[in-house]
Amino acid sequence: MILDSKIPAGPLAEKWTKHKFSSKLVNPANKRKYDVIVVGTGLAGASAAASLAELGYNVKAFCFQDSPRRAHSIAAQGGINAAKNYQNDGDSIYRLFYDTIKGGDYRAREGNVYRLAEVSVKIIDQCVAQGVPFAREYGGLLANRSFGGAQVSRTFYARGQTGQQLLLGAYSALSRQVANGKVKLFPRTEMMDVVVIDGQAKGIVTRNLITGAVETHAAHAVLLCTGGYGNVFFLSTNAMGSNVTAAWRAHKRGAFFANPCFTQIHPTCIPVSGDHQSKLTLMSESLRNDGRVWVPATQEIAEKLRKGQIKANDIKEEDRDYFLERKYPSFGNLVPRDVASRNAKYVCDEGRGVNETGEAVFLDFRDAIKRDTRKIIEQKYGNLFDMYKQITGEDPYEMPMMIYPAVHYTMGGLWVDYNLMTTVPGLYALGEANFSEHGANRLGASALMQGLADGYFVIPYTVGDYLAQLAPTKVDENHPEFARAKEEVKQGIERLLKINGNKPVDYFHKRLGKIMWDKCGMARTEVGLKEAKADIQALKKEFWSNVKVLGTNEELNQTLEKANRVADFLELGELMVDDALNRNESCGGHFREEYQTPDGEALRDDENFAYVAAWKYLGEGKEEELVKEELVFENVKLTQRSYK
Amino acid sequence: MKLTLKIWRQKNAADKGGFATYVADHVSKDMSFLEMLDVLNDQLTEKGEDPVHFDHDCREGICGMCSLYINGKPHGPQQTTTCQLHMRSFSDGETITIEPWRAKAFPVVKDLVVNRSAFDRIIQAGGYVSVNTGGVPDANEIPIPKTVADLAMDAAQCIGCGACVAACKNASAMLFTSAKVSQLALLPQGQVERKTRAEKMVAQMDAEGFGACTNTGACEAECPKGISITNIARMNREYFSAVASSDNM
Repeated sequence: MILDSKIPAGPLAEKWTKHKFSSKLVNPANKRKYDVIVVGTGLAGASAAASLAELGYNVKAFCFQDSPRRAHSIAAQGGINAAKNYQNDGDSIYRLFYDTIKGGDYRAREGNVYRLAEVSVKIIDQCVAQGVPFAREYGGLLANRSFGGAQVSRTFYARGQTGQQLLLGAYSALSRQVANGKVKLFPRTEMMDVVVIDGQAKGIVTRNLITGAVETHAAHAVLLCTGGYGNVFFLSTNAMGSNVTAAWRAHKRGAFFANPCFTQIHPTCIPVSGDHQSKLTLMSESLRNDGRVWVPATQEIAEKLRKGQIKANDIKEEDRDYFLERKYPSFGNLVPRDVASRNAKYVCDEGRGVNETGEAVFLDFRDAIKRDTRKIIEQKYGNLFDMYKQITGEDPYEMPMMIYPAVHYTMGGLWVDYNLMTTVPGLYALGEANFSEHGANRLGASALMQGLADGYFVIPYTVGDYLAQLAPTKVDENHPEFARAKEEVKQGIERLLKINGNKPVDYFHKRLGKIMWDKCGMARTEVGLKEAKADIQALKKEFWSNVKVLGTNEELNQTLEKANRVADFLELGELMVDDALNRNESCGGHFREEYQTPDGEALRDDENFAYVAAWKYLGEGKEEELVKEELVFENVKLTQRSYK
Repeated sequence: MKLTLKIWRQKNAADKGGFATYVADHVSKDMSFLEMLDVLNDQLTEKGEDPVHFDHDCREGICGMCSLYINGKPHGPQQTTTCQLHMRSFSDGETITIEPWRAKAFPVVKDLVVNRSAFDRIIQAGGYVSVNTGGVPDANEIPIPKTVADLAMDAAQCIGCGACVAACKNASAMLFTSAKVSQLALLPQGQVERKTRAEKMVAQMDAEGFGACTNTGACEAECPKGISITNIARMNREYFSAVASSDNM
């Protein structure tokens, strides 16, 4: 099978304009005859549902939370990029495109990334019009800051709660369409399967989380806006409910899964404190604009620090190693996330970690407070400092923060073409759920940009092109495929409830997370990955014979919800390992220790691996088939990323 | 630490419900409150007892999904969300009482889980600027004084958790509703629909069965995001001037 990315021909800057023009349109009077299902109500889902309803389509929107406003986009702190060049500092659409391609270590498509940069400017306009209170300068115009990996100030922000404000903007647009009767909302409802008829997606199967009712919903197109799969690691910065189930079930129905091993480890998270830990908290990387990352210059000093014999502030300037500034003089503390994370791991592996577990580095604001005054730092980061104090009990105005990398984002996801359509016609994936724009590493403030670009400005065009080719007649929910898919979902639930083993779901999830973190995390080796594969297979077997899921289906049953999600994580984990084993190179967030430059940087192999690895599901217990989409670079020259 | 937990258990909306008592030992001060409940739930599961159901998601204090009425206060003793509350705020041997939000408009679903969809309906009544995607002016076309933008942001920080309702003896949703009304009344983008918005959102709030505001300030005191009751005063002005002059409703 050959994967067709459907990137339009022609010059980069004209592709999207040309494509929009050549896309078919649905007659305004016919739009009300088409039904669209949107699963997930984060930035991608809420913006897509609202925009499609505004156009006149009938939308059903689903989320597992109690309200669409809870989706995990809400937790994004730092900001959203846009090539507005309001700061007159040399930004442009092309530069944002270039930075994103380079930041992704040349593993994304030029056409997609350029379109993202192109529509980025419209996102800010849209959000401001909705009443999103972005930060402003005294003159009343919008403020910008620079953000990890960028040398221009193109990041728009709303204090440390940019994701919240953007999501509430999209949620408000969605709410307006609910009031208009164009969107029907299904909160506390989880997608359990996709219904595929004659090779096309025609609906979904859901479980009502309150009553347990398993139901079917028919539509002409299904949009999965269900986020990433970082929770496969158990500990991550994702919300507790974030899961891969919708994407994974779609994968099992024929949607290829692309680059699953590309996961992002975020450098600035609060370190783990104990076994009870349920999640990790991110401290926005905007902190790296003013904070300086360091560890003691020697193991001996670090040892004393860990034993509590000295405090951070006792350590003299010459005994501090500002390792990012030392190794990367031109980017310093603002190197991309993968580089910052890996270097934190290295200094900790050398025994220079600064907390009790030895897995933490300092992020110090002492010099910034001296330079700018405490008041300025408070204005910029007040809520983040408060949050840090709340969690750790320490005051970062007085003592340097302690940080350590944690899983934060997954660049991999369902394979989609330029239209955001998966390999199943009529089934789309938007936002973090797809694989398409960030390559092997995502730059800061680009996730919000992508989610909203997909939902507001891409899908309204591309889904129309598909719908225009379908007859405007209702999808028949009495088709036997609906009943069959529903029955299979019921059997799957039954199977989990019947096991009645001895161990709670979290026991398995934690063990899976540890395997993934140790062997498929920040640094990977062939030996480790092979061990991981065997470990996961054994764990999966144990799960299906010894997990304990109490209660029944016909009630609110949070254990059953979790068990259902963990079952899918176990299968995904194995595919991530396969993908990491296949990719015999290092790029972005995927670092194979066998492939590095003499000074320890990721060593890409463009000759053999400049492709998207898309995986095709072949059935229970079978190895998946690798299908390659070669990446074509016509505009940028592939170079070794250097931030020195 | 060893703690005694008195937790509200209720099988479903129809069940009468009641308190059950549990002992949590080996509680570490570094645990979050919800992690303490996670550990309890794993123990209950191993014993074959139904785990305690509670709402939670981001565990970063921003999604607004967690609730819990702890020792008579929404989100417990500190002005944070429950997920950000850590066990160092409690002492060894203490008895902790955990209840769901109590309000007519927030019916209990199970145990500590309540239905807060009334908040969604208040937003649906008018908590938006009616602009479609596309065709909007450039973001810098309308300058907004920083002080105004900051005030709007102060109001916009509401996470919709419902602590204000749980804290209020009248179960009033004035703080929640006024935060959205204020945000949009302050910004130039919200001016066109300013009057209808205040009227419709207040009407929906009343229709949901939330109580009246008697200015006790309990909502502001318990709000994990520090939303100020000056927003309520602003909403009252918005509402009365809308009612006096509008031809909307």
